[in-house]
Amino acid sequence: MNDPLISVENVSVSYGDAGALDDFSLDVAQGSLVALVGPSGCGKTTALRVIAGFQHPDEGKVTIHGTVVVGNGKDVPPEKRNVGMVFQEYALFPHISVAENVGYGVRGADRIQRVHDVLKLVGLEHHGSRFPHELSGGEQQRVALARALAPQPDVVLLDEPFSNLDAPQRERMRRELRKILKGAGATAVFVTHDQAEALAIADVIAIMRDGRIVQFGIPDDVYAEPVDPWVARFLGDAILLSGVVQDGHVATILGSIDTRLPAGSHTDVMIRPEWISPRIDPDGRGKVVDREFYGHDQRVEIELPGGERIEALVPTANRMTVGDRVDLEIVDAIVWEKK
Amino acid sequence: MTDPASVVDVELIAGTPGAAPGGVSDAGRSAPWWLWVGALTVLLPVGLPVLFLFLRAAGATDAAWDTLMSIRTVQLVARSFLLTAVVTASATAVGVTGAWLLARTDLSFKRVWGIVFAMPLVVPSYVLAMVFISATGPRGLFADMTGITLPHLIGLPGAWLALTITTYPYVYLITAAAIRKIDPALEEAARGLGATPTRVFRTVILPQLRPAIGAGALLAALYTLSDFGAVSLMRFDAFTRVIYAQYSGRLDRTPAIVLSIVLILIASVIIWGEQRTRGKGKYFSRSVTRPPTLYRLTGPQRIAATSAMAIVAGIGAIIPVAVLVSWVVRGVRAGSDTSVSWSAVGGSLTAGTIAAALAMAAAIPIVILAVRFASRSTRWLERGVFGLFSLPHITIAIAVVAFTVRYTRPVYQSLLVLGLVYAAMFLAQATSAAKAALIQVNPALEDASRSLGRGPIATYVKVTFPLMAKGLLAGGALVFVTTLKELPATLLLSPPGFTTLAVRIWAAADELLYTRAAASALLLIAVSIVPVYYLSIKPKDALDT
Repeated sequence: MNDPLISVENVSVSYGDAGALDDFSLDVAQGSLVALVGPSGCGKTTALRVIAGFQHPDEGKVTIHGTVVVGNGKDVPPEKRNVGMVFQEYALFPHISVAENVGYGVRGADRIQRVHDVLKLVGLEHHGSRFPHELSGGEQQRVALARALAPQPDVVLLDEPFSNLDAPQRERMRRELRKILKGAGATAVFVTHDQAEALAIADVIAIMRDGRIVQFGIPDDVYAEPVDPWVARFLGDAILLSGVVQDGHVATILGSIDTRLPAGSHTDVMIRPEWISPRIDPDGRGKVVDREFYGHDQRVEIELPGGERIEALVPTANRMTVGDRVDLEIVDAIVWEKK
Repeated sequence: MTDPASVVDVELIAGTPGAAPGGVSDAGRSAPWWLWVGALTVLLPVGLPVLFLFLRAAGATDAAWDTLMSIRTVQLVARSFLLTAVVTASATAVGVTGAWLLARTDLSFKRVWGIVFAMPLVVPSYVLAMVFISATGPRGLFADMTGITLPHLIGLPGAWLALTITTYPYVYLITAAAIRKIDPALEEAARGLGATPTRVFRTVILPQLRPAIGAGALLAALYTLSDFGAVSLMRFDAFTRVIYAQYSGRLDRTPAIVLSIVLILIASVIIWGEQRTRGKGKYFSRSVTRPPTLYRLTGPQRIAATSAMAIVAGIGAIIPVAVLVSWVVRGVRAGSDTSVSWSAVGGSLTAGTIAAALAMAAAIPIVILAVRFASRSTRWLERGVFGLFSLPHITIAIAVVAFTVRYTRPVYQSLLVLGLVYAAMFLAQATSAAKAALIQVNPALEDASRSLGRGPIATYVKVTFPLMAKGLLAGGALVFVTTLKELPATLLLSPPGFTTLAVRIWAAADELLYTRAAASALLLIAVSIVPVYYLSIKPKDALDT
């Protein structure tokens, strides 16, 4: 891999308006779309503000394109960092038109052409003379994105870009945002508390907790192999069990799970609902006690002989009704040594 | 004199009497030094002399200390306290009653009453005093026109009436704003539990209004203590009048300085009390969505309430204007000089313009510091602004005179110093309005501008200022109007030959030349109406919708 475009090294912020950072490090590769995801107060927005230059870190270093922008006694002001930012509430200047907003950061002779091009990229080439308050939420967001892209920044930072949109708009904008950013060849870091959003559009996701990154990787890997029960639960539904290893197995209420951990280890076991495959079987151990039908699949609540209840996500083809007896097959599971 | 209502009003409208909410741009960075330089350019030249006043007093002569300890001073304190107490009591009674009648009863013509009741805000206290003195008594206008002699309003009763009328609108405006924030559901709950309207007022409304009433009453007290124009025309020897006499009558200024210090100390206690009461404003519920159920007045109550409103509005607004108009008419008929002095108009406009411009210029860095870089030191900065606003003008003027005479003789009685003093005294009006406007400007807009390649100054010029311009100009307009009415600082600090409408009115009235003062007074009232209407009446209507 080439040198990262942005490199954040050991940054600490004792207090920011959106949570502290504790020895935070992150590398962003050229052209990638990185999601910083975590619960509110985990420091993700602070991390973004440190990169943009709005928050001065107590310690640590940020390098963009090989140039140190903060750290080693340097502190480049935000306007000299060539970093574009899309703010949570868009922060469009209310007193100037859409075109003037987009052109605000652009200088030089081809300014008008550039504004036109970027507005076209976001599909708003006919809205240039309007004012921000005359636009819908989705349009405002596209203007904010166009404005950030217009000066051709090294990187675009997006703070909770979809939080002000309603659900159907949000899903459409997700796809569109990804297309626009990829079309512009931009490198982007976005912050969200919504793990589904992060998994859906990011090339790489970084899971944050208490001011630092606990896991970093492509969405598929992070989802399938979370580093601990907290990450597992944060990224999706998870059934968490525990048990002691004996002969390469952990015995759980769902049956025995293979593991390479040494015998005698105390473990946490995580199974995602879609990793359980129930089959209707009159002699099965479990009993369907509740069912929610989603169309493409169904969520089935199963009671085990000991009275415990677990949930499984089952394709609709395998139709189940309340009262059915089922047998359970565990397709996959993650086993961690207890900390 | 001080015109705190305008400030309090704007503050109430903005709903931010305390510290600014966290609009923290540049978190973790300290404020640029040039903001502090800008913030102190007006504050320091006037604030320092006030602090020096205390140093001067330490080196005061024995004679000066004798002045302080004399029986005369004790009487002076007693007189000022008496006047302050009676005015505060009556202003509070009138203001609270008016606010309740207009907010919670089905009194007729409320919209008209609402405007007329706030009208005295535009009439300076010395104009009211002149009106009352000249209309009453055996040789007064009323006796002359009707043959009926009214008791002459002069001395304590005259000062009491003039200052009650001048100060009750402050109590009224603050209380009315607070009543609007009381959730009507509480009153309905009390009524539903069987309480009579009187009991609801006593047990539900009054306790919730107590902080607002306290703030209004203290404001009225502070105003009364500071007033110079009304007490001097009424020949009532309150602190300010005696200080002025000591200052203008003697070569040794030390007694005036010593008395000023005593007055500052008394005022400080009141300011402190006002600040403490103000902090409790949080008790009000702020999201009132539903109009209240109005108390239905019975026939006799309606007549009593309407007459009371009519009497107050009559004394405060209609009679003064009528009296002034008759004086002009009489003057014209008698062929005496009724003309408005153009040099005084020019002086007023010059003074107002310089004051407004300086105050707006100084307000910008102050509010940026207070809102974007809030810290312990910016809170002290704001305290300094409010301190100068709250101190009696005559004491600030004495302090500046004493300082300039001793240390900066060349600028003594220069237009520059006068403008700085005005700007510093009324800076709080500009900063309150500008602060309310700046709080509305999302700091993310400034961040956005910075990330798009503009430096801090370009960002302020292109983004912040255009968005807060309206509020800043409103503040400037208030400073302008307040400066037009200002009296004691103008008397003490004017350059030779410089005069204003306020000084002309006061001087003519002091010499009983009412025909000469009347036209100028009407002009002054007319000029004040526009911004006061815009700032104190219109925004509240906007709040209602």
